[in-house]
Amino acid sequence: MDKLVAQYSRPSHQNESYSEQEQQDLTESLPPLSLKFALPPVANPSAFLRAMTDDHSNPSCPIKLAHGTTTLAFRFQGGIIVCTDSRATAGNWIASQTVKKVIPVSRLSRGEDKPTNDPTPGLLGTMAGGAADCQYWLRYLSQQCTLHEIRHKRRITVAAASKILANLTYSYKGYGLSMGTMLAGVTPQEGPALYYIDSDGTRLPGNLFCVGSGQTFAYGVLDANYRYDLTEQEALALGRRAILAAMHRDAYSGGFINLYHVKEEGWVHHGFDDMNPIFWKTKLESGEFSNVTSEL
Amino acid sequence: MTSLMDHQARETVGYSFSESTAGVKQHGFYPYTDNGGSTLGITGSDFAILAGDTRSTSGYNINSRMVPKVFKIGGDDETGEGATIVLSVVGFAADGNALKERLDTVVKMYKYQHGKPMSVSACAQRLSTILYQKRFFPYYVHAILAGLDEEGKGALYSYDPVGSYEREQCRAAGAAASLIMPFLDNQVNFKNQYIPGSGEGHALAAKKPEPLPLETVKGLVRDAFTSAVERHIEVGDNLQMVIITKDGIEEVYHPLKKD
Repeated sequence: MDKLVAQYSRPSHQNESYSEQEQQDLTESLPPLSLKFALPPVANPSAFLRAMTDDHSNPSCPIKLAHGTTTLAFRFQGGIIVCTDSRATAGNWIASQTVKKVIPVSRLSRGEDKPTNDPTPGLLGTMAGGAADCQYWLRYLSQQCTLHEIRHKRRITVAAASKILANLTYSYKGYGLSMGTMLAGVTPQEGPALYYIDSDGTRLPGNLFCVGSGQTFAYGVLDANYRYDLTEQEALALGRRAILAAMHRDAYSGGFINLYHVKEEGWVHHGFDDMNPIFWKTKLESGEFSNVTSEL
Repeated sequence: MTSLMDHQARETVGYSFSESTAGVKQHGFYPYTDNGGSTLGITGSDFAILAGDTRSTSGYNINSRMVPKVFKIGGDDETGEGATIVLSVVGFAADGNALKERLDTVVKMYKYQHGKPMSVSACAQRLSTILYQKRFFPYYVHAILAGLDEEGKGALYSYDPVGSYEREQCRAAGAAASLIMPFLDNQVNFKNQYIPGSGEGHALAAKKPEPLPLETVKGLVRDAFTSAVERHIEVGDNLQMVIITKDGIEEVYHPLKKD
């Protein structure tokens, strides 16, 4: 009888699951998201890479990598505004006009997992420089943030997340990575926080950053109109207007305006809108861009 | 005057042989060849098409007229029977083949370990990491991955050589990308098309893109390639077209001009 009870009091599938060893084998056969990179068999790998891929120093380089451009983020009383263009260029070729340069970081609450209109908790990262570098390392950061969340039972701070990324880029210094990224998030420990991290290993906290080839144009608009006590609507409009200015004057920026607002409860997406109608609306309704004529 | 001064300054002993720089000269490490050709992918509501020409060139030489650029990934045998995902690679064919073999192995391993086929979105992410593993010694390829997503809709992912990727409705890659892509923008995404009579000047409403039927898309693919062949020397010979639907993968070849 005891034998019978023992048999049925155990979960019926207990012996059907994988053993610990088997589970480990399975997880370890998955690709490690990092740190084992093939190198060319030459004395100076980074010089080789530059000769093959660096469009600036060698315009006839064979491998043209996609580059992203003009991103901005600023802190104000209602949280953080993050805004980007959507153009990717490979040399003079426009490789894409629909790049998503704002990347949600933190796996447990990624946007595409549950599309809703409610704020999604987690950090936002922006993408400028090499598209692949940003996509890959922000995904690596997501993984690290998720592990942090599981281990410590609370979300990672923006300071800690940005330091993971900065330590990473610093360890690859000189290898030819190219990324200029901003991390934005609101946490209970630090409130709204914004950091700039780039491939040199720079890591800076701040209120306002513009990154990319169109950064100067965006700074021009932003610095002229920025106040910390902007209302939510004013802040969203300012972010959009600064990117519009950069798209207008910088040939490497363009496409769609991608706008996000990071609040205490999480981030909210405020549209991925074609710049052309917005440009003409801005010009005709508020009389800006008067150097452009609407008639020939 | 300056040129005269220059000449005097650089005067050296007149050897009849060139002065050697013994021991200084280095061999250039150039492991890539551009094998030309072009690929193209378009999706619809319940299908995806990947196509490529079959010409293989090196410089101005045509080395072969039948080298397919579109591969079935994760099939049961050499013919690719049972595959649900398709990859096209254009650029350096050796790197393309190596990439295809790696992805094929990974997708098969996934199937054996998990007892289910890999989803296209998972495969797309994995391909990105495979490309990025060679960030410092890149695969010289532009890859496009196609299949059907979890909802049965056509899915198309395009990549740069080191793995940045994006899901799109259509994409052209390779030698004639700059000829084909503007055509696709206009005919698939209806860029610069407006609804006649919807307004005057800036009030004119833009035509909204919507998924195209299969026969229309097949027509677009053939038109894109016949036109590219007319104006690009590296494109020609045959058009390989792979059509992915819920019923499986169909592969068809059409002749293109051979000059």
